[in-house]
Amino acid sequence: MIRLLAWRELRSLFSMPSTWLILAALQFIFAWFFLARLEAFLQIQPQLAQLANPPGVTITVAAPMFNTVALLLMMLVPMFTMRLIAEERRNQTFTLLLSAPLSGGQIVLGKFFGLLVFLAVLITGVPLMLYTLALGTVIDHGLLLSNLLGLLLLTASYVALGLYVSALTTQPVIAAIGALAVLVGLWLADIGAAAEDSPWHFISPLNHFQNFNVGLLDSSDAAFFVLFSAVFLLLAIRRIHNNRIYG
Amino acid sequence: MSGATPETTLCARNLTRRFGNRQIIHDLSLELRRGEVLGLLGHNGAGKSTTLQMLTGCLLPGSGEIKICGIDLLRQPSLAKAHIGYLPETPPLYRELSVRDYLIFAARLRGMKPGEAAAALAQTSQRCGLEAVGKKIIGTLSKGYQQRVGIAQAIIHSPDVIVLDEPTVGLDPAQIRDIRNLIRELGNRSSVILSTHLLGEVESVCDHVQIMQEGRLIYGDTTGALASYGGEPGHLEENFIRLTETQR
Repeated sequence: MIRLLAWRELRSLFSMPSTWLILAALQFIFAWFFLARLEAFLQIQPQLAQLANPPGVTITVAAPMFNTVALLLMMLVPMFTMRLIAEERRNQTFTLLLSAPLSGGQIVLGKFFGLLVFLAVLITGVPLMLYTLALGTVIDHGLLLSNLLGLLLLTASYVALGLYVSALTTQPVIAAIGALAVLVGLWLADIGAAAEDSPWHFISPLNHFQNFNVGLLDSSDAAFFVLFSAVFLLLAIRRIHNNRIYG
Repeated sequence: MSGATPETTLCARNLTRRFGNRQIIHDLSLELRRGEVLGLLGHNGAGKSTTLQMLTGCLLPGSGEIKICGIDLLRQPSLAKAHIGYLPETPPLYRELSVRDYLIFAARLRGMKPGEAAAALAQTSQRCGLEAVGKKIIGTLSKGYQQRVGIAQAIIHSPDVIVLDEPTVGLDPAQIRDIRNLIRELGNRSSVILSTHLLGEVESVCDHVQIMQEGRLIYGDTTGALASYGGEPGHLEENFIRLTETQR
């Protein structure tokens, strides 16, 4: 059932022209950024070569690129999550799911995985571009993989939060603005907090991505993403149940 | 069907529902047997849609119990809901999908296997007159066709209880006739509840009628009995108005 709902979500996304437009535009932006980073690297490469232990191409091109994609996703994911439940409520299609033999958990997970698969497709362009570097040089697969894993976990936590905000309202636009406000708020609080051990650093998803970004796999960061997603998914399930109580 | 009394498919007891401080449904009980078509009649705001939402599990009642084919809807919602087909007031259509994809999705959602769903799709399209538009995108269809797709999603999995909320709103006379014929046909195998404020509809398709007024059932009998209520045969409309007026 979860797979069926995820499939429906993907089907609806791909039947809208705007989705394809966004996909194309983002690939263009990713490629632009990739080429800009690569050019910068080629310019400073002679100086780097004089260093005793020079940073490789992966850390100078790939890591900043993943960081930018992570920031872009923060702005982008709310645009996709806003539709998930709010629009179904507004179009009154949510009744179909409520009257079908589905639990709230299945509805929420179906939508969560549907959008996550779509976003995974959206970001596959990034590692593909980076792997073209392997044609001319040696790249650090470990660093790429840790970045990819981190990016996926980060996206999952964004989607879970957006899904919950979408479950709170019947207006997709409000859902988008709400999710964006929370995500940007968490990010600003993180970069604004001066103290090293400030709790703001701890609750910001983007901060937990930084370790993945430099190739450090820390299980506490992974656990944070899993918990963050689980909390908001559970809240969304709860909200759908309340839907049946309060109408 | 033999002479024995057909099984009860839907049984609701002492349902109540309030929104905030306002009591919308007061102590409502309904029973429906296989092969019956029940018309839920009432003015706007009488609580018809709220009742149907509770019967389909979209809204939890404040108190009371609902059984679908003997399964408790509140305790085992997933099992019970597989036996229900529901067309809400606004058909729940994904406008960006094609009719075919949407109906297959609706069938699979109710637990049908892919092979069964394809067979059910062919049969339902034929019943609802949707063969010609199977590949079209739902958003491009006319209101009448969209309403038919809405009915098709409610019956594609051959449910035992079919709940239709104002199924003929917005249709032209020929379409209304087709849909009424379809409802009568559905009533042979399953049980159907439909809400309406059109008396003609009740007269032509329902064998039983329940009249709702301010959240209470104030009258329930066969359609024939309502028509001859108070010894004035053949005046369904007058009797309906008399009943609802006296209760005010």
